[in-house]
Amino acid sequence: MKTLVLVEHDNASVKDATLHTVTAAAALGEVHLLVVGQGCAAVADEAAKISGVAKVHLADDAAFAHQLPENVAPLVVALMADHDAFLAPATTTGKNIAPRVAALLDVMQISDIIAVDGPDSFTRPIYAGNAIAKVKTSDKKLVITVRGTAFDKAETSGGAGTVEAVSGSGDAGLASFVGAEIAASERPELTSARIIVSGGRGVGSGENYHKIIDPLADKLGAATGATRAAVDAGFVPNDYQVGQTGKIVAPEVYIAVGISGAIQHLAGMKDSKTIVAINKDEDAPIFQVADIGLVGDLFQIVPELMAKL
Amino acid sequence: MKILVPIKRVLDYNLKPRVKADGSGIDLANVKQSMNPFDEIAVEEAIRLKEKGVATEVIAVSIGEPKAQETLRTALAMGADRAILVTHDGVAEPLAVAKLLKAIADEEQPGLIVLGKQAIDDDSNQTGQMLAALLGWAQGTFASKVEVAGETVNVTREVDGGLETVALKLPAIVTTDLRLNEPRYASLPNIMKAKSKPLANKTPADYGVDMTPRIETLNVSEPPKRQAGIKVASVDELVAKLKALGVAA
Ligand SMILES: Cc1cc2nc3c(=O)[nH]c(=O)nc-3n(C[C@H](O)[C@H](O)[C@H](O)COP(=O)(O)OP(=O)(O)OC[C@H]3O[C@@H](n4cnc5c(N)ncnc54)[C@H](O)[C@@H]3O)c2cc1C
Ligand SMILES: Nc1ncnc2c1ncn2[C@@H]1O[C@H](COP(=O)(O)O)[C@@H](O)[C@H]1O
Repeated sequence: MKTLVLVEHDNASVKDATLHTVTAAAALGEVHLLVVGQGCAAVADEAAKISGVAKVHLADDAAFAHQLPENVAPLVVALMADHDAFLAPATTTGKNIAPRVAALLDVMQISDIIAVDGPDSFTRPIYAGNAIAKVKTSDKKLVITVRGTAFDKAETSGGAGTVEAVSGSGDAGLASFVGAEIAASERPELTSARIIVSGGRGVGSGENYHKIIDPLADKLGAATGATRAAVDAGFVPNDYQVGQTGKIVAPEVYIAVGISGAIQHLAGMKDSKTIVAINKDEDAPIFQVADIGLVGDLFQIVPELMAKL
Repeated sequence: MKILVPIKRVLDYNLKPRVKADGSGIDLANVKQSMNPFDEIAVEEAIRLKEKGVATEVIAVSIGEPKAQETLRTALAMGADRAILVTHDGVAEPLAVAKLLKAIADEEQPGLIVLGKQAIDDDSNQTGQMLAALLGWAQGTFASKVEVAGETVNVTREVDGGLETVALKLPAIVTTDLRLNEPRYASLPNIMKAKSKPLANKTPADYGVDMTPRIETLNVSEPPKRQAGIKVASVDELVAKLKALGVAA
């Protein structure tokens, strides 16, 4: 089987989400990559070195600068004439593009897979991860999004893929990019961090979040996350949200501070290796999944913890 | 312009799903089902656009078992003008749903279709994008702000790195994220009024759409259970544990 993997990048470098997806693709067959963007030749060169990659298709065009799905999907559909499976990371970019490709190919997308069971069979979580489904498709071409936390990263070296330029049909004239507010952070990225410190509604305010959560994260070299309640209340921006409908994370250590442990939040972090919970309510559901729990007031505990670490 | 709002009836988000012992799926007998939370946000957005004078009519559509009628009545009570129920027992996959919605859009000619970004049962997150593809329209997924201005709609999207704004040519597809708005509750008088609003009953055959699933579910099981660990009594103990994990020096 020949697979085509959508490379997640920022026109400058390959994002880790790609590496997990390559591992899933390699379980199906030969791995080809697609780098689509503008001024992204360096990304293609970097991608060609990923272990196991046979070929990189590089689509470099102003129409692809912001990876608008209206422009990218027709290009992928054209390339699928020569591939059997299209895989994208289950990121906001992958989720935006892949279903559009699937519909144009008249196939069902298999969303958010956590295992490849065979050439047409996959495992995926449903109901916020409260159930695990094994599914089998009858479609001739596969369109799949891949949950990064479920697959190891492919090695970034050792590959010797060839880079081949491809062109699409350009701008479909349906949509245009207006602007973005992308937060620059010195901290590790949530989805690839080894340690995450997350704050919930219990933290009380944005000011408290930055006074309590940020310093602890910085001390541990951790990424910072949050619950929906904390984001809705404006403590931190939307890209901090961990959960069923936010980011899925699985760090070595997840420290939940002032988080009750609603199923929608657990859906995003319960595959963490070790979960630590600090909550003043000893009956909070988070303690049912926490490996290490400490009952008490976070405003006393976290500063004391900072002082003693 | 008209706005079409597809809504799905799903297991209420407050309930913990129970996996059937035979591994065939989730037990939905005698459990509360409600409108998918993202679809409530979609209905709310459409009604607000009507209140602002941007939209003239809001049409709610659901594909599902006859009981989905109740969910459509909820949308009508919130303020939708009329509803279409496409009755189908059994699985309605996103691709088939998108095909039905395309056929309805061809008939109704809406200026905007607002869907939820994801149904919280199958967690597919694909119907809106598929519908956009089938119609050949632009899509603004994961919306946290929607502004219609003349022939364009500006959609601010929640993306992994933060926020992104795109300008879409109308007609277009929007899928809602959590922070787009806070849906209203239907008042009692509006619930009463909703009973007499028009609700059309259709079948997939009326639209010539084949509902045969492409994906077969082989088995549904419970995820491995996480064991609750220990509670420590003091910060000192917590520090010791964190050090043992190699988290701190
Ligand atoms: C469709 C849908 C999707 C959703 N998606 C997500 C998602 O992706 N991610 C997500 O997180 N949620 C999501 N939610 C929301 C989810 O249901 C919960 O509402 C949310 O996770 C609760 O956040 P929280 O734990 O911060 O707040 P709460 O539930 O209010 O918990 C706050 C906790 O802080 C503790 N606390 C308060 N003060 C202190 C103190 N001084 N010291 C110590 N502890 C203290 C309290 O005991 C409490 O346990 C979703 C909901 C819906 C309907
Ligand atoms: N059976 C259905 N009837 C009406 N709308 C649906 C149905 N299934 C999905 N949708 C719409 O598509 C959105 C995304 O669903 P999904 O792609 O299944 O995650 C939902 O939030 C609804 O707006």
